[in-house]
Amino acid sequence: MKLKKSVGLLLSGALTVGILAACSSGGSSSTTEPESTGTETETETSGENTIIKIASQSPLSGGSAILGEAIKLGAQLKLEEEKEKFEEMGYTLQLEPYDDQGDPKKGVSNANIIGTDDAIYGVIGHLNSGVNIPSTEVYEKYSIVSVSPAATATDVTDRGLSTVNRIVARDDFQGPAGAEFAVNELGVKSIFVINDKTAYGVGLADAFRDAAAELGAEIVGEGSVTVGEKDFNGVINQISTVQPDLVYFGGLYSEAGILIKQARDKGLNIPFMGGDGLDSSGLVDIAGDSVIGTYITSVAGSSETSESGKAFVEAYRAAFNKEPESYSVYGYDSMGVILQGLENAIKENDGQLPSKAEVAAAVRAIQNFEGALTTVTFDEKGDNVNAEVFIYEFAEAAYPPVQVGEVSQ
Amino acid sequence: MTEMKEKLNMFLQHKWSQVILFTLFVVITSAALYLSQKSVIAFLLLLASLLVLYYMKLKNVTKWMVGGGILFFLIPFASSGGPAFQNYMEVATMVGIYVSMALGLNIVVGMAGLLDLGFVAFFAVGAYSYAIFATPQASNFMPFGEYPLAGESFWIFLIIGGILAAIAGVLIGVPVLRVKGDYLAIVTLGFGEIIRIVFNNADRPINLTNGAMGISSVTPPRLFGMDLVFPNQYYFVTLIILAFTIFAVIRFEHSKLGRSWKAVRENEIAAQAMGIPLVKTKLMAFALGASFSGMMGVVFAAKQAFIDPTSFTLMESFTILVMVVLGGMGSVPGVILGAALVTILNLQVLTELTNWVNQLSLSGVISIPDALSPAKMQKLLFGLLLVLFALYRPIGLIPAKNKKFDEQKLKKDNALILNKKESAAVEKEKVQI
Amino acid sequence: MLQDMLISLPQVLIDGLALGAVYAVVALGYTMVYGILQLINFAHGEIFMTGAYIGTALFILIMGMSWTGAIPQLIVFIIVLLISAGLVGLLGVGIERVAYRPLRNTPRLIPLITAIGISFILQDVVRFIAEMMNGSYILTGPSLFTGQVTIGFSSISSLFNDASFKISFIIMIVTAILMMVALDFFVNRTKWGTAIRAVSLDRETASLMSINVNKVISTTFFVGSALGGATGVLFAMQYGTIDPYIGFILGLKAFIAAVLGGIGNIRGAMIGGLLLGLMEMFAAANLTTLTGGILGAEYKDVFAFAILIIVLIFKPEGLLGKPTAEKV
Repeated sequence: MKLKKSVGLLLSGALTVGILAACSSGGSSSTTEPESTGTETETETSGENTIIKIASQSPLSGGSAILGEAIKLGAQLKLEEEKEKFEEMGYTLQLEPYDDQGDPKKGVSNANIIGTDDAIYGVIGHLNSGVNIPSTEVYEKYSIVSVSPAATATDVTDRGLSTVNRIVARDDFQGPAGAEFAVNELGVKSIFVINDKTAYGVGLADAFRDAAAELGAEIVGEGSVTVGEKDFNGVINQISTVQPDLVYFGGLYSEAGILIKQARDKGLNIPFMGGDGLDSSGLVDIAGDSVIGTYITSVAGSSETSESGKAFVEAYRAAFNKEPESYSVYGYDSMGVILQGLENAIKENDGQLPSKAEVAAAVRAIQNFEGALTTVTFDEKGDNVNAEVFIYEFAEAAYPPVQVGEVSQ
Repeated sequence: MTEMKEKLNMFLQHKWSQVILFTLFVVITSAALYLSQKSVIAFLLLLASLLVLYYMKLKNVTKWMVGGGILFFLIPFASSGGPAFQNYMEVATMVGIYVSMALGLNIVVGMAGLLDLGFVAFFAVGAYSYAIFATPQASNFMPFGEYPLAGESFWIFLIIGGILAAIAGVLIGVPVLRVKGDYLAIVTLGFGEIIRIVFNNADRPINLTNGAMGISSVTPPRLFGMDLVFPNQYYFVTLIILAFTIFAVIRFEHSKLGRSWKAVRENEIAAQAMGIPLVKTKLMAFALGASFSGMMGVVFAAKQAFIDPTSFTLMESFTILVMVVLGGMGSVPGVILGAALVTILNLQVLTELTNWVNQLSLSGVISIPDALSPAKMQKLLFGLLLVLFALYRPIGLIPAKNKKFDEQKLKKDNALILNKKESAAVEKEKVQI
Repeated sequence: MLQDMLISLPQVLIDGLALGAVYAVVALGYTMVYGILQLINFAHGEIFMTGAYIGTALFILIMGMSWTGAIPQLIVFIIVLLISAGLVGLLGVGIERVAYRPLRNTPRLIPLITAIGISFILQDVVRFIAEMMNGSYILTGPSLFTGQVTIGFSSISSLFNDASFKISFIIMIVTAILMMVALDFFVNRTKWGTAIRAVSLDRETASLMSINVNKVISTTFFVGSALGGATGVLFAMQYGTIDPYIGFILGLKAFIAAVLGGIGNIRGAMIGGLLLGLMEMFAAANLTTLTGGILGAEYKDVFAFAILIIVLIFKPEGLLGKPTAEKV
């Protein structure tokens, strides 16, 4: 009997909530009703201006939240700078940040939300290649353009999707650039290659290995570590058995820091080299003094080298009251590229709202876009032909490291 | 006052008044969902109507029909009004996938009492079986055939994925059966990890799974010449498989096999003494549970169009376990509710909350430390749910019920049979005389 | 091939010993709780992790004070070890009181589920606190006892490479051995130890012999958890960097060690732990050579789980355990 009573209560309770929900949502729908006339049936408007939303997807929580946050803030800064221009054209810009948590599943489910939002015309994202690849498949379905400020895996653009672009260098450019520096500048003969068994680490380490072998260095061994592990003595013992001239690590800074530290503790005083995943102050925090003698290649350049870069740093500090991270400026430039494409598409369309596919095509067609740090021209796959790789050395245990080289395509 | 209450109760318990209230509820929520731009509350309430339906005083057949009607027609129609249509469908599809997996695990954990902590491995087997053959990946090791296979093969792979997962279930089950109780939990956990690590490394020496890079651009399923790519299309695919799963699980539960599982769960030795073949019974539980999970793995691979080993971590296994424990171990409606709740919590509620908090701190209304972001609280929430339910409600939200038999009726039937036998015997004797 | 293996052998042995010592002491916690309650305390790995965090936080705190510079590192280490062990021991008692005691008479599945739940809660609470205090949940402690020691194996035979390690390795091994010896003494020679053994043999009869069962179980949890917490401190000192998720897989491996040695058997857990550490390190260094490059160090976890499965199938009572007949 008690159960039946609760059924009644459940029903009546649910009913009240249902009515309430109906009332509240009815209220909101009534405000949107008058707008659903004419050509603008599917777009939200504010005042007289049509709202155009640009989404950002990057990890705002989890291990790489610092980098993800930096991308979002960089994009936000650019959007606010351009707001007025678009306001005059009759459009209101809005940023809609999403958190992909560095998790492919989360990225795809967010991508579906983004895809079905009619007001979203572009995506800044993602940080991780592993998230970028499945999510961009979804954007492609809805023809939403995406520009990644950080994803470096070759598969990101090699799938030939028309909406996928990136402004940073590919792994098969970054890896070889590192290899060239190692073989020609450092003069190493034998190299041990380690990856962290993630999409990013394997891609980068393989690209490095192949290029180094081609340049004449001997690959004396290959190993791998598991993300999250703290004891790398197994792989370090393999290294000390073969005594190479250099160890290359494809992975992220948290593993790299421990690996370098434990290797130095074992008396391995050979140089280490890694990719942009090591480009973080966290590497120095973890490895301490052991970090000295480590080289990194990074797709992120220093903003301090150019006038526009310095201006960006100033603006960033003023807006958010914190220092920009390595990817902040790439978030800023990615947003710049998308907005430029959007502007071109609107102009081509005589000031009318273009379709999402038209925006995507306009972004892809961009030539010599001058960003704060990068000059962007996309090739037919969506790679930036002007992308550069920078090489840094940790001469002392401090971040940022010293730039020792620069390679462009 | 009490009179009023009683009258109200009387009214609420009356069948027709319930039906009227229910219809009203469904109409209002679906209207709200249809008219609003994006109302998560209306969507959730419409889903909740299924729960209300479960408790109503109606015949089972009617309930199934009404529930089916709501799921197949009303929800897709009502949510098609707003721009968030595909989003709702995406969430609903994920709910369907997880419900099906939780029902599979429920067979192993809830009915047969074998704690399996590596269940997601079967999901992975299903997902990889389709992903490998629906991409050029298979040409790395298959001596014949042309890959990727066409989208039509998806429907065959639903079955193949189920069978492969079942085989994996048996393979894992055979060595594990010598192990009892708590050990089983650890061993299955170990197996789950082994399968993930192997998938993560099987790009050498032969490239089977493309290792950590994952497999991308999985061919979408094709039906009547149409590629299925959007969430609303997957929604129906998932729904049909789910309907099949529920039907099968309920049939199994009340079959001889289902009763054997429960007997094994309650007391292994006693069950064996009653003539239940332990090995066969347990292996069947593993195989059947795994096959449902494998089928959904195929759907998942097709829906995501990309899979890599990070989708099949320990955490996923634990998530499915939380669903089963929350809903009620061994209870089919309970597990469905538990899986739906956890998935919606994960995908919808936590995401919305996080976005909301992000927006608030962006506009500077409040400043919540990043560490407290709701999306990161998933583990804590699961932990609390597990502990609180184990302590205070180990039977779950909707406890399992054994089918009740009318004692008198059984006796009467038995007596009839006995009488017949007796009279037959008497007749025989007569003939002999 | 053999030469490749031999040349790194001294170093592999030393690293394996370090890892094995950690496994062994953590395995003790599993084995003690299992012996007394027949419960796999899944949260034990997280207890170990909490110990590592408390220890590192204390190190940072003490090293950060200006007047502590004069105190020898060894004394700081001992103080930190004792405080962490005590706090974590109390945590263990609290967990038992809240999550396991109310469930003592339920089916065995239920406490196992709460144990998983507790381990999730601990992970997230520690992550949360660390992130609040430190900005990132990955915590790096100060470097202690960093002096290098090199043993010249190459002068013995040219087959071997030299092996080198930090002084912290010696401290770690010595501490671990001391803890194990103390525990062995405690369980076998003291009154409390006798009570623990009595309760694990037969709880009801023990209670008839005027043994306060609840108190004995609490003591067991305290001792087991304190050992786990102390090992956490050793781990943090030896490997330098910790995160809230180190406990889970390490706990599982320690459990494997306990099963390998014979679960419920204290000496078995010690031997099992050392053995597993050595085997794992050997596999990590040599799997590539052994299989001709097909399998690599990434399979060492598979290797550990394979050991568990093999032991459970062929010798479920472990190396030192006694086979038990099932009670009907």
